[in-house]
Amino acid sequence: MSSVTVDPAAEAQAATTAKVEIRAVHKTFGPLHVLRGIDLDVRAGEVTVVLGPSGSGKSTLLRTINHLEKVDSGTVSVDGTLVGYRRSGNKLYELRERDILKQRTRIGFVFQNFHLFPHLTVLENIVEAPVSALKRPRKEAEAAARTLLERVGLADKAEAYPKQLSGGQQQRVAIARALALEPGLLLFDEPTSALDPELVGEVLDVIKDLAASGTTMIVVTHEIGFAREVADTVVFMDEGRIVEQGPPAEVLDSPRHERTRAFLSKVL
Amino acid sequence: MSLTSDPPVTRAVEKEPVAGPELVVVPVRHPWRWVAVAVTAVLLVQFVHGLVTNPGWEWDVFAAFFTTETVLRAVWVTLQLTFHGTALGFAIGIVLAFMRLSASPFLRSVAFGYIWAFRSIPLIVQLLFWFNLAYLYKELSIGIPFGPSFLSFDTTGLVGEMSAAVLGLALHQAAYAAEIVRGGVLAVDEGQVQAAASLGIPRLRQVRRIVLPQAMRSILPNAANEIISLFKGTSIVSVMAIGELFYQVQVVYGRNGRVVPLLMVATAWYVLLTTALSVVQHYVERHYAKGSVR
Repeated sequence: MSSVTVDPAAEAQAATTAKVEIRAVHKTFGPLHVLRGIDLDVRAGEVTVVLGPSGSGKSTLLRTINHLEKVDSGTVSVDGTLVGYRRSGNKLYELRERDILKQRTRIGFVFQNFHLFPHLTVLENIVEAPVSALKRPRKEAEAAARTLLERVGLADKAEAYPKQLSGGQQQRVAIARALALEPGLLLFDEPTSALDPELVGEVLDVIKDLAASGTTMIVVTHEIGFAREVADTVVFMDEGRIVEQGPPAEVLDSPRHERTRAFLSKVL
Repeated sequence: MSLTSDPPVTRAVEKEPVAGPELVVVPVRHPWRWVAVAVTAVLLVQFVHGLVTNPGWEWDVFAAFFTTETVLRAVWVTLQLTFHGTALGFAIGIVLAFMRLSASPFLRSVAFGYIWAFRSIPLIVQLLFWFNLAYLYKELSIGIPFGPSFLSFDTTGLVGEMSAAVLGLALHQAAYAAEIVRGGVLAVDEGQVQAAASLGIPRLRQVRRIVLPQAMRSILPNAANEIISLFKGTSIVSVMAIGELFYQVQVVYGRNGRVVPLLMVATAWYVLLTTALSVVQHYVERHYAKGSVR
């Protein structure tokens, strides 16, 4: 009854961008307690920037969201669906790999070191997942890929191999590759940390464009200026915990916690 | 004051630095290198001279037998043994490699045990075992394990000489192939699998499209070594009286006593075909080097 009155445009919007709920997530690597009870909500369409010193668990947190890293306890859900598990009563059943892979097609991930497939051309890199995971016809996927390449400013590089590109160009291809699945959520793991300083700008510009388009994004970065400009929420992590979070003006300009202040004074 | 004294200094810098004759670079001489070259050249010429003039090589006999039907058929058998041994060996080897990479300790141990056993036993011993399979198992049957059987074969008929040889070569080859494939897979950057997994690419496709083509770069040189050594190793099969190149040549010189020229016939074929394999290797490697800068 109510579904009849739902605006189709609003429904389409809901389908293209996802919210994220992280509840009491713990993760250990051997004796190392990397995540010590993380709770985090990201509203659909928002950009969340995660800051923190290295070893604070930011990258691990990001990797639990698409189940590249299994949590020890707690839950992660994207758009109301548990990631990596199926809940029945009080039990969490781990999903089969095939189902986890299917979930990941809704979540784009961009790595610090790009991880483009070096033996495939730029176009083949982008087309691979839509064709093999979503069973899109190759022609259609290629047309979509070329549009994406145009969007990241690399329309003329479709036939190039990754090693023929600069770091900044490779990362833009990696972003296009993640976008090819039309994910409702984009995760960026220090996308500019492996780049020469003069190439950082071109990648951040692409990410800013995406932020404006209304896709939910979680960005782990050290670029404070980018956080200030683009983030709806800034999260500061230290030693596996979220120390504080809030709008950039609040967290970056008048942090409440000593550790946030100490960190910002070092990076600013 | 300073104005009058300064200009001459700058003019001196602008002038040609040396007005004298051009300097000639004299490279250091290596007299002993020339001695070494001379000695080696003399030895080489002596060797070639011996090949041509020594009547013991009997080049006319070599020429007469090089392309006779018996020899050509034997070459064909050798190629078949190589091809089937390689194909089956690498097929089993790939399975073993992924067993060794699997998360299951049981599968890992079984693959490890197989590789341990088949690398430890000399090929010739293995071949003789397979040849005598019929002595160990009178018949093979398909059915419920330890239960009733639906189909059964007589081993003497099933495992003929040729299939025993192929089986022996392949099972031996599989142990080495497994390690080569595993090494290749381990050489692929972990990030590649993570990227493929994060894109939701199905597991089998990750292996076929992302991992194996990259692993091929380190697999190929070793695999080519193995194929070439298997190709020459087929000569061991002569102990089973299979008419491959080396056995057939032995049969012929057993009859006519022309040992040396007939060994040269076999040698020439082995060298010729190994060269062909090396050329193929070059092109296959070039194919898998796509997108790489070295």
